[in-house]
Amino acid sequence: MTAWVGARVPRKEDRRMLLGRGRFVADMARADTLHAGFVRSPYASATIKSIDVSAAKRVDGVLDVLTGADLGDPFLRAVLERDEFTPTEMPMLSGDRVRFVGEPVAVVIAEDAYAAEDGVEAVEVEWATGPVVLDIAAALAADAEVHSGTRNCLVDLVLFDDPGLDAIFADARLTIEATFTSARVSAQPMEGRATMAEWDDRDSQVVVHTSTQVPHQCRSGIAQALGIPERSVRVIAPDVGGGFGQKCVVSREEVVLAAAAMRLRRPVIWVEDRQENLTASVHGHEQRYDVTAAFDADGRILGLAADITCDIGAYSVFPFTCAVEPLMAATELPGIYKVPAYRARGRGLATNKAPTAPYRGVSRPQIVLVMERLMEKAAARLGVDPIEIRRRNMILPGEFPYTGVNTITYDEGSYLESLDLTEKKITEAGWYTERDRLREQGLLAGIGFSCFSERTAYGTPTMSQRRMRMTPGYDTAHVRMDPSGEVVVTTGTCGHGQGHETTFAQIVADQLGIHPDQVRLRQGDTDLTSYGWGTFGSRSIVIGGGAARKAADAVAGRLRKVAAHLLEVGEDDVELADGRAGVRGVPDVSLPIAELARVVHFQTHRLPEECRYGLEARESADPPGTFSNACHATLVSVDPETGDIRARKFLVVEDCGVIINPLVVDGQVRGGVAQGIAAALYERITFDQEGQPTSATLMDYLVPTATEICPIEIHHLETPSPFSENGSKGMGEGGTIGAPAAVLNAINDALAHRGVEFDHIPVMPEDVLS
Amino acid sequence: MKPAAFTYHRAYDVNDTIAQLAELGQDAKILAGGQSLVAMMNFRLARPSALVDITRIAGLDYLERDAQGLRVGALTRHRTVETAKIDGFGVLSKAARWIGHYPIRCRGTFGGSIAHGDSTAEWCVLAVLLEARIVLQGPRGRREVPATEFFQGFFMTAAQPDEMIVEVRFPKPAPHAALTEYSQRQGDFAIVAASARLDLTEDEVLTSRVVLGGVGQQPVVVDADLAGQPANEETWRAAGEVAAAQVDPPSDGHGSSAYRKKLTAALVARALAEAAA
Amino acid sequence: MKDIHLIALTVNGTEHEIVVESRRTLADVLRHDLGYTGTHVGCEHGICGACTVLLDGQPVRACLIFGVQADGCEVRTVEGLADGDELSDLQKAFSRCHGLQCGFCTPGFLMLAEAYLSEQDGVPDESEVREVMAANLCRCTGYQGIVDAVRQVAEERAG
Repeated sequence: MTAWVGARVPRKEDRRMLLGRGRFVADMARADTLHAGFVRSPYASATIKSIDVSAAKRVDGVLDVLTGADLGDPFLRAVLERDEFTPTEMPMLSGDRVRFVGEPVAVVIAEDAYAAEDGVEAVEVEWATGPVVLDIAAALAADAEVHSGTRNCLVDLVLFDDPGLDAIFADARLTIEATFTSARVSAQPMEGRATMAEWDDRDSQVVVHTSTQVPHQCRSGIAQALGIPERSVRVIAPDVGGGFGQKCVVSREEVVLAAAAMRLRRPVIWVEDRQENLTASVHGHEQRYDVTAAFDADGRILGLAADITCDIGAYSVFPFTCAVEPLMAATELPGIYKVPAYRARGRGLATNKAPTAPYRGVSRPQIVLVMERLMEKAAARLGVDPIEIRRRNMILPGEFPYTGVNTITYDEGSYLESLDLTEKKITEAGWYTERDRLREQGLLAGIGFSCFSERTAYGTPTMSQRRMRMTPGYDTAHVRMDPSGEVVVTTGTCGHGQGHETTFAQIVADQLGIHPDQVRLRQGDTDLTSYGWGTFGSRSIVIGGGAARKAADAVAGRLRKVAAHLLEVGEDDVELADGRAGVRGVPDVSLPIAELARVVHFQTHRLPEECRYGLEARESADPPGTFSNACHATLVSVDPETGDIRARKFLVVEDCGVIINPLVVDGQVRGGVAQGIAAALYERITFDQEGQPTSATLMDYLVPTATEICPIEIHHLETPSPFSENGSKGMGEGGTIGAPAAVLNAINDALAHRGVEFDHIPVMPEDVLS
Repeated sequence: MKPAAFTYHRAYDVNDTIAQLAELGQDAKILAGGQSLVAMMNFRLARPSALVDITRIAGLDYLERDAQGLRVGALTRHRTVETAKIDGFGVLSKAARWIGHYPIRCRGTFGGSIAHGDSTAEWCVLAVLLEARIVLQGPRGRREVPATEFFQGFFMTAAQPDEMIVEVRFPKPAPHAALTEYSQRQGDFAIVAASARLDLTEDEVLTSRVVLGGVGQQPVVVDADLAGQPANEETWRAAGEVAAAQVDPPSDGHGSSAYRKKLTAALVARALAEAAA
Repeated sequence: MKDIHLIALTVNGTEHEIVVESRRTLADVLRHDLGYTGTHVGCEHGICGACTVLLDGQPVRACLIFGVQADGCEVRTVEGLADGDELSDLQKAFSRCHGLQCGFCTPGFLMLAEAYLSEQDGVPDESEVREVMAANLCRCTGYQGIVDAVRQVAEERAG
């Protein structure tokens, strides 16, 4: 019997991509398709005194120019049902006020993208600029006001306010106060956002092909903004060229395209360019942590308090709201460490910059960085070995399930084992010798670690604690076998590079005893799949894959019943494997599964009532969430003359429970680590003092290349989760979560003798020389 | 990011180019490899009314070594220089590797880079270092401009809008020359580029010349005569400090003025050491 | 008045004659006028390399060349790599080494690698392969699968 789960199966997705036959939104434009171009605000804060579109309408190739008023001023309002949250409206095209450079003001519809851009240039807007709020400090000022009439702090949460903390801080052997910051970054999928919308008269609906991670949420957003029933909107995600969170919120442009297509009754396409993607889409990770932590003489943490402020930009993204970063940070900061007393305040502050959305890791890169730096600082001050201090504080084997001070219950992980294995592997591989060798060459060199877990697969039980008006969590799969014995699986998750067509097929194939090539996944189409929440938050294989497994299991049960009847054996004796229904202990007796499927559909009269009429099942999964974990280590060198910092070696020991496909898991880890190294050393979204973006090209926003990212060695541990149908844990974000802390610790190790300490990312060459 | 409209014209020889430029007026531009110009046009930061495409002109793609030195045809691709073995001008082949990336080097041209006049560009810096002469042809005939006078400011050169660079002449071999630079990411524009040329005996410097990119609006010649000094690490380091003290670099998102000064010190020392090796 | 030109070019061995506006980039001409949508557009300023194609055998950014400039030229795109439905050694290696995830940058990397490998006699070391592959950006893979694939093909071709 072949087990497909766990096998290194090459991906089904690869072939079409390698042949150049993938189908992305931008590939869908036909000869009759109109092209949209957005007029965007050139100012970070301004009111619009007048807009004159008449010249633009006269531009050769321009068909129409639409403002918000032309479309009925559609808007979205993301809501968290908490008193500490202030909801704000996000107009799909700005009204008379703009709040960041790049905000969409009007849309030009033209016969091609060139003419659309000509038209955009010809729209005349009279602006009156206003005061700008550009950072956390300015946003906290009493007179700061990004949204008129509301406080500038859009969310302010105090959680787990332990009354004994001040006494703990006063009495402890060591109390550390420190500030940690991380720069604003951009997910930078290689395909930017893109949407093509067209009206379908036959189905009376607008069909929106869009590069999204969340088709159903997108449908809900369009329906809510335009005030139409959800059935009037069909959202289809074709091949999606990466997302990393940037495409897990509803884009204003998606709504505008749908509205334009409904109004014009012509297909309209918008393909975001790179400048727009860097300036006018969404950003993330701009955070500051003011932290106090107390330790005893052995290095055991006694108490932790954090004041967390997040620069959330100008708008609350739909549907997650701007609370997503502060809430995540404040809830999960203690991480894998046993913190007995805790207080956290999390605030989201509006500024005149592009909105922030969940970007890979969502606050976890930062909270892991905070905890891992605290461990290093305490170890140094107390003279404890930095690895040993982690062992003394982490949740240990035998302590799972562990419920922390933050009321989170951690399912079983391998926190200690992964640290031990990491230390063993890098010692065996001679990292410490290599560090000494580099130092002899005149370079600064250091080794850094980070230990962490990440909560993944947040189901409704966990998501509901956030109190979002639209609460994601569950997902539903439908499994249907056709008369030829092949299977179509539908899911509400929406892969965009993670290989779901392959891994879902592996899961389902094992349940049904067939080959993965006989299983086809349908995803990313709101008319073909049950309502689902898409792909983000490392949820798909646990929730979507879990639902698919349950549904496949139900179909397998029906197949066993049919086989039992046809073979005249007991149902429990039927085994489905290698394409056949066999009988346990009777090797000669079996039927092809395809024959069972044929009989069910074409000769259903041969079967008893309960076996008739098709082979299909629909199941949902809605777990509380599960924690994968990992330990990262890296060896960095620092050139003392240029400040150049290189990650030279990187090792990951990770545990995501049951691995469905090692090829895919390794790819996710490596890609995640690359983005973590990027955040630690290269990438930052910057603005000048007027709020003009100064990182609006890929010459200025430094997405690393193959020479900046070193080989990444990976070792696996497998601790299955009881909360997951497959025993798997989510793992799409871990690489990005752990890498920045490891890199930062390694830099500090390299510079330790100089008495400098960095607690911010990215660390730039210039910082080293300052 | 689609360019504004322009008219496209193709030239088949130099005279044809000059004639077309004259006819099309001041807002016309020459299109060679296009690796900088087209990107700027896509951003609509450059919007020429007309382009004269010179890439079909035959006979301008050459590296000719003669008694006087080296003549580089304007349409010579960076990749050609990179893969050539030019006696006495190894510095050019080696420096080519700093130019963008492999596909950029396959398309971009020597003359185009000089014409663009980016102060961090490897060919601009080396043209000044090696005291090259830029050969221009225009309606008033041919003229040669020393590289030291050619680069006149931020993306500004001595070439008139109706003139075309046809050749770059390097007057004498430079067996002891090197260019090095630093950017955070492989293939990016240098934050600072440093180049050095030496004549030296086994242990003593006879003549020296150091030119920098990225520290001013055009390549900057450092005032540092190392003649008579020992050819050793100490000399190179000291020269680096001297160079750093002379420059007043700009600040931008890639590095502050102070950082560029520090880079200058480090890179000048490295360029000198490499040149001496 | 649009400035338009009649051009003839060969793409993957097929001859085309079309009328193009002079400002249309080669990438847009290939994708939208000729239907070769395998070539992707990622940044339109020459940094990401998703649009890399071979122009008369040389790797170029199709976003930094105007379609009209390809008049009389031979263009090779990702659609021209396979022999019918049979993937080339390079394409197979990308799949085997997991050198792609979302697949958006993949055509550019394939064409970059195809050009590079065609110039190689021996087996380049990893650092050289990384330096060459640094011409293009990938956001999914961390590059390891791409570098492994290119090195494996170099080894296979060197025998």
